[in-house]
Amino acid sequence: MRHEGGYSADARVRWPEFLPWIVALAGLFLLPEYLSLGARILVYILYALSLDLIVGYAGIITLGHSAYFGVGAYAAGILAAKAGITDPLAQLAAAGAAGALLGIGTGAIILRTRALTLLMLTLAITSVCLEIANKATDLTGGADGLSGVVVAPVLGLFRFDIFGETAYLYCLVILLVGWWLVRKMIYSPFGASLTGVRENSLRMHAIGAPVYWRLVLVYTCSAAIAGVAGGLITQTNQFVGLNVLSFESAGELLVMLILGGVGRIYGAFVGPVVYLIAQDLFAKQFPEYWGFGIGVMLVLVVMFARGGILGILDALLARLRRKS
Amino acid sequence: MEAFLASLVSVAFHGTALGMILYVISVGLSVTMGLMGFANLAHGVFAMAGGYILTTAISRFGVPFPLALALAFTLVAAGSVVLERLLYSRLYAASDLEQVLFTIGLIFVAVAVARFIYGTLQQPVVLPDYLKGQFALLGRDFPAYRVFIIVFSAVTVGLLWFGVERTRWGAMVRAAVDNRAMAQSVGINTKRLFTLTFALGSGLAGLGGGLGAEIIAIQPTYPFENLVYFLVVVSVGGLGSLRGPFVAALLIGIADTACKYWLPQYGAFPIYAATIAILLWRPAGLFGKHA
Repeated sequence: MRHEGGYSADARVRWPEFLPWIVALAGLFLLPEYLSLGARILVYILYALSLDLIVGYAGIITLGHSAYFGVGAYAAGILAAKAGITDPLAQLAAAGAAGALLGIGTGAIILRTRALTLLMLTLAITSVCLEIANKATDLTGGADGLSGVVVAPVLGLFRFDIFGETAYLYCLVILLVGWWLVRKMIYSPFGASLTGVRENSLRMHAIGAPVYWRLVLVYTCSAAIAGVAGGLITQTNQFVGLNVLSFESAGELLVMLILGGVGRIYGAFVGPVVYLIAQDLFAKQFPEYWGFGIGVMLVLVVMFARGGILGILDALLARLRRKS
Repeated sequence: MEAFLASLVSVAFHGTALGMILYVISVGLSVTMGLMGFANLAHGVFAMAGGYILTTAISRFGVPFPLALALAFTLVAAGSVVLERLLYSRLYAASDLEQVLFTIGLIFVAVAVARFIYGTLQQPVVLPDYLKGQFALLGRDFPAYRVFIIVFSAVTVGLLWFGVERTRWGAMVRAAVDNRAMAQSVGINTKRLFTLTFALGSGLAGLGGGLGAEIIAIQPTYPFENLVYFLVVVSVGGLGSLRGPFVAALLIGIADTACKYWLPQYGAFPIYAATIAILLWRPAGLFGKHA
């Protein structure tokens, strides 16, 4: 089940990979009252996929991925609320473009550095974006948030209804496209070179790979996908708040990805499902214990289960096979 | 002109006080990162713990201020030794990502614990009478407590520098920062050295957190909110160096105060922009050795 990617790996879609989509469609019919949570989970899966691409495959550690998510969210929101462009796909395109633009601009700068300096710069960039969104009240509504987001029917046919069915399916389709792109990228020679950079960047330099440009490219792709995810969250909430840009949001996302399992596409699927459902059940009632639980879980995962939930599953499956 | 001069002096004075606090808190982080290459994002937790210890000791148990400061230092240092032996030491060989995640986990736990015990409100600092009021110098009045912060931090920093530059222990630390494998092979017990250094750095963070409780508010989200500041000090100053973070802390303290005074409409924007610019110009920080 590990998707290490690579040039010689078998890229065919195997049967367990249909599972998430079957579960998602089953959820539509079986749990209609949870569709808004479902749409949120789908958005976060897309967002986590974008993070997995750079953290899991390219080995770029960032605490500031919310900058691209937030810029996408504001791009879609400003377009809808201020510019009067209500077509959802146009809004998403703008969100993705905004994410990609910021991604290439900041990526070209910060990817020259490494390790702690890089981490620090990702934090600083997110803080700058948050500060701008907070002060540019004319455009973003500042701390009050941006309301009045209008979203027209998808392709002029499917209206966003109050039950959230359209929103759910719409997010699912976009996620499918995002998943296909990310999977394709991981199994391409480009994906293989990213793994090479993660494992031994010195050797990649030595064999003549343009390490810096590869990293900038993957960073930009990841930022674009995160931007699209941000656009989706704006469209499903019809509101943008400052929290989309916060450090907490980036930290939360990292927690989800680690929980699911980093560097294995489907970790980005499992993590947000478990995290957001648990959050829905516990976080409101027991806010103190929630933070405590998250912290303890992170420490435990790092100490004992570095592959996250999927890593544990893999280990269990391997043990079963050895016994039989 | 006189008004401008007065505000200039005031900004420099308050900025220096903030910078001193930032340095006392962050210097341990610089050494931890330089010595073991450990990305300890949870360093702010120690500062917060120091702040809570100081405020609780004074307001609940009536401990005199100097003793409360000493308590903040020793308790935090002792606690950090336990954490280092139990948890940190297992992750020295781990990847950056794992260290970052582990320390973020610690922050989450610490924030939850602080919120559980103290609630979300900011902790008030009760100062002794001799540190209240004003202190007159060269025809100007300065808040006595800030003067105390500057003088006390300066003495602490002086002692620290003397320790690192002039004592045997300091020579061992410098040797280990420069080349850990070599230091180990000439017989320095780097493991014990690191535990001691970690304790000292954390203790200083606790001291700084307690000392600066009036400037940097003690509340549960402290380690998250101020993380950027501590990281800026360390990365702009240069990992593993002592003087670099000092210059960086003073720069940031003064710049931050100046921005809040003259350009409040931009918030913290100029600080972050300057940080990004400096790190682009010198990725290893102003005084960093490693490229």
